[in-house]
Amino acid sequence: MTATTTAPPVAPPPPAAARARRRSVRMRTLAPYWLVLPGWLWLAIFFVVPIVIMLSVSTMTGNIQDGFKQTFHWSNYSDAWSQYHVQFVRSLVYGAIATALCIVIGYPVAYWIAFRGGAHKSSLLFLLLLPFFVSFVIRTSSWNFILSDNGMVVSRLKDWGWVGQNFHILQTPFAVIGGLTYNFIPFMILPIYVALERVDPALLEASADLYANKATAFLRVVLPLSIPGVFAGVLLTFVPVSSDYVNASILGGSKGTTMIGNIIQTQYFTNLNYPSAAAISFILMAILLVGVFLYARLLGTEEVLEAAGN
Amino acid sequence: MALQTEVVRPPEPVARPPVPTRRRRRVNGRWAGPVWGWLVILWLSTPIIVMIVFGFNNTTGKFNIRWQGFTLRNYRNVFGIQSLTDALVTSLTIAAVATAIATVLGTLVGMALGKYRFRGSGSVTLLLFANVAAPEVVLGAAMLSMFLTLNIPRGYWTIVIAHVMFSLAYVAVTVRARMVGIDPSLDEAARDLGAGPIVTFFKVTLPLIMPGVLAGALLAFALSIDDYIITSFNAGNTVTFPLYVYGASRTGVPPQVNVMGTLIFAFGVLVAIYGFISSRRQKV
Repeated sequence: MTATTTAPPVAPPPPAAARARRRSVRMRTLAPYWLVLPGWLWLAIFFVVPIVIMLSVSTMTGNIQDGFKQTFHWSNYSDAWSQYHVQFVRSLVYGAIATALCIVIGYPVAYWIAFRGGAHKSSLLFLLLLPFFVSFVIRTSSWNFILSDNGMVVSRLKDWGWVGQNFHILQTPFAVIGGLTYNFIPFMILPIYVALERVDPALLEASADLYANKATAFLRVVLPLSIPGVFAGVLLTFVPVSSDYVNASILGGSKGTTMIGNIIQTQYFTNLNYPSAAAISFILMAILLVGVFLYARLLGTEEVLEAAGN
Repeated sequence: MALQTEVVRPPEPVARPPVPTRRRRRVNGRWAGPVWGWLVILWLSTPIIVMIVFGFNNTTGKFNIRWQGFTLRNYRNVFGIQSLTDALVTSLTIAAVATAIATVLGTLVGMALGKYRFRGSGSVTLLLFANVAAPEVVLGAAMLSMFLTLNIPRGYWTIVIAHVMFSLAYVAVTVRARMVGIDPSLDEAARDLGAGPIVTFFKVTLPLIMPGVLAGALLAFALSIDDYIITSFNAGNTVTFPLYVYGASRTGVPPQVNVMGTLIFAFGVLVAIYGFISSRRQKV
């Protein structure tokens, strides 16, 4: 006891070395912050701040000549909704139909490649994704070219007398939904494929040994295991589809196919009504982001994000 | 020993009971998959095939509507339309600048998230997720609101800023995925051998995460050169390639667009095939 108390304390290390060590420890704990800082700043200034500014613009009143003033005019929101609820609902409906079509068309393809692709899996997947090396706008305008009223498909159908003279495909919801399905289907096929690819074929043999027929094996074994892929696909497809306006304006173009993205664009560039445009954008973002977060929470964020990340 | 006897033993013939009904059903199932798969592949390639074919169309007027015979003239005249060439050059330089910035910033963020556990990393991940999940129209509209409110003229540099903003998160996520798989003791070993943090980064960490960085950069480039929606909000009077095509799609797309589309497509395919082959070689 006494020996320890009377023993001289351990000589402190030279102050300079201690300072250096402390600094290096502090550097190391600060390192991730320094690494994150530039990217974080970019996103803060050009992603978060603009959204805050847009929120502020959305409650302004005024016009383009006299300028806009902040008056906390929240009824911009109710006005936007009552004026454009048709387009909001239409966008969500188109989004839902196109997403469902992506699942119905894409799931069997993903299944075929994952289970029957054999040695050609990567080649088939590559072939499937090949068209998406071409620019989104060119792909869409190529469909416009193919389906136009005097284009190769419609004029041929008219020549054969299969359809009436005033038959057209463009400017119909069919064309717009078809274009949306076409443009976003890889975001559905890929996550489903990844989920299916992970299913161990031994599980199928096991289910066959337990006297499950093919349909039962699919419904009870494969389908449940691939559901996270479908969830991730829905997440990746629904948001861009329902907020898209390129398909609606290149393949649609008539009043009956206008989506909410078209309205935002018109409000900004044709009507120069910035507060209304900001309010509409905000409603759209609120609907979609709340939907995404509820969806992710409901189905387990981990699983959906993990599948999406792959 | 046991192994040897097994090798020498001739294979026993396995008696298989014939199950006719089951086999017929399986044959049908075997056809359904490939037929559907190839139909979908055909459907997906249709607009691309049409684009490539009509690049060889011998058009007489300005518009490319009906097939009028084969020619290579459009390939000789790719740069015949000045405004289109300018748009393509603008798109390429914007994509190069935006990719460079987004790759540097995104790589740093991805390294931090993949290597360290730090307070606030969750909120950074959430920020990246929100950025990727937010609808493009809203991203474009929000930036436009800011530029209008602050009276910043829109043009070339606002497009670059926007493109970095939406591609940074993709680079960060790609690099993080690569970083997570790297043994941190390699870093310590370099430090023990006397390398400073900068030398360690360039000689050890960067070569290890390079595939992730390259993949992220390619993704950023592809996203940038393809973007229409966000660009259209922040372009001002600047015209990029997608903006040109969008404008032309209303009146009639000149064949040069088909040619440029085909060339960009061919380039993308070559890069993909090269990546595919080199990754396969690495595995072997």
